[in-house]
Amino acid sequence: MFIATEDTPPSFKGYTLIMPAVSVGNVGQLAADLIISTLNMPRVGHFHTDCLIPMVGNNPYATSSEDAAELSTNAEVYALNDIKLAVLQIRAPIIQTRVRSFRKLIVAWIKTSGFSRTVVLSSSHAYQRDDRQLLGTSLRYLLTPALQKEAEESVKELDWRELERVSAFPGIAESEQRLYIPGGGITKGLYTDCCSENIAMAVLLTFCSEGDNVPDAFALVSYLNDWHRLVEKQTGGSAQWRVPPSWSLLFGSGIPPAIF
Amino acid sequence: MATFFGEILSVYSRAVEEDDQDDIEEENEEDAQIRREVEEKREVHVHWSVEVLQSNPSQETLHCSDLVIAVGANATGFLSAYVLNSGSWSQVGWVSLWNERSRGTSRPTRAPLPEEPGCVIYRQDQCPSVMICQSTCYIAEDQLFQWTEKVFACLQKRGLSVTVLSDSTVAEYKAPNYVYGSGSPFLRALKTSAHKDKIPCPLLEQPNIVAGLPAAVLSHCQIQRIPAVLYQCYSDVIYPDSVTMETYKPALSSLSKLVKLDPSPSAEILQKLTKISDAQSNLYT
Repeated sequence: MFIATEDTPPSFKGYTLIMPAVSVGNVGQLAADLIISTLNMPRVGHFHTDCLIPMVGNNPYATSSEDAAELSTNAEVYALNDIKLAVLQIRAPIIQTRVRSFRKLIVAWIKTSGFSRTVVLSSSHAYQRDDRQLLGTSLRYLLTPALQKEAEESVKELDWRELERVSAFPGIAESEQRLYIPGGGITKGLYTDCCSENIAMAVLLTFCSEGDNVPDAFALVSYLNDWHRLVEKQTGGSAQWRVPPSWSLLFGSGIPPAIF
Repeated sequence: MATFFGEILSVYSRAVEEDDQDDIEEENEEDAQIRREVEEKREVHVHWSVEVLQSNPSQETLHCSDLVIAVGANATGFLSAYVLNSGSWSQVGWVSLWNERSRGTSRPTRAPLPEEPGCVIYRQDQCPSVMICQSTCYIAEDQLFQWTEKVFACLQKRGLSVTVLSDSTVAEYKAPNYVYGSGSPFLRALKTSAHKDKIPCPLLEQPNIVAGLPAAVLSHCQIQRIPAVLYQCYSDVIYPDSVTMETYKPALSSLSKLVKLDPSPSAEILQKLTKISDAQSNLYT
């Protein structure tokens, strides 16, 4: 359930929503962090639900000591009015038995808020790619029928590759072709829900493996930026993203001096 | 990110196998029935003592000005030794729940015994609006949200202020400099936006995070705009010990008018609270 920080809840009519899927390598979540941090988006509310594991911390995007003491929770919404953009950041895994209700909750919120389109940032296990997927770029997209007409042109211009359907039984010629996103968490379920609910949604994903997934996050956010132009590109051809302070110490604390 | 440091991860991988979720889609009547029964079994119940129920026949929410929640052996031990022992407090309620790791507490008719793990609520005799909740049992991830919803549903929101004391290990504390040994145990705080009072210790620095019951309580208070503060104590001792318990002292300084701290609890009481470690650590003695 969305709970606004201010007394007057914001209107998301006509906004674009960007949200991560909690998936392999947390790539979507890292990419969402980059967008919020770079665009300096203010928080407009919390997404309070029993479907996510509770978690709290101080402001992950603090720029000074004054704004550091701001409690942040497991799911929060950030928005910028002038570019009509909202980002839902999810910071904890979904409780396994509530995956379905979480998807329902998201779909219902997208519908009632009146977002014009939704972009899901996701990832999939690199080791489960098939032969066609091994060659070339590791970035893929999916569009729901409601967005197909509107976005088809720009996607063609960008020369993007749609996520390939894979056969349910490899090696058998006439086997059924199905959508398969291993390690994508709720990505597939959310996509199929949005298809049947006639919601305009795009899924952008990358194939990756667990490890240091910061480069994957940069790749995915640049992929999104090619389409949505969130950040202006520098002369070198790439945009300048600001890494949030919460990304520090990703691999643990300082080294004990006694080991040397 | 495979960081393994401080990330909230309850399973081997955060990416559930696709096929597992397909199974849920094709749920039949029997599966749904089993699922419902499991949910029912895992439900959290709040029980109040006869005195509370008699003084409140219309089942209204209880007036509570200050609620102190202690999570973990050191935090609850601190309250037992320094607070509950000195003033006159009476047990007014308890929370019962069942999960894989706390099977014993599911006896809705009886409160947990002093040495048993469980969640017990106390109230001050002179000032009944001051309450303490001690939680020593394991609460599963899917029960945390429900726990806070149910406990807070019994209390009046107006004028309520919450203090949470919670244990943690230094190994979970991230800092650019090596912190082991010298500084611990130490306190770090997190507060909701509605909390305006001064805090007697530094705030929890990024990228540190808190999970579990303290996180559920703080999230609830943030949403409901209830002033709440969490004091997380980082200790390098794995068993309850008196030095770590003493670290919590400044956390109750803002409540000093209402909650009297015993300046020096007797060694006997402290020994009783820390004796748990004796039985397990005698392997090499």
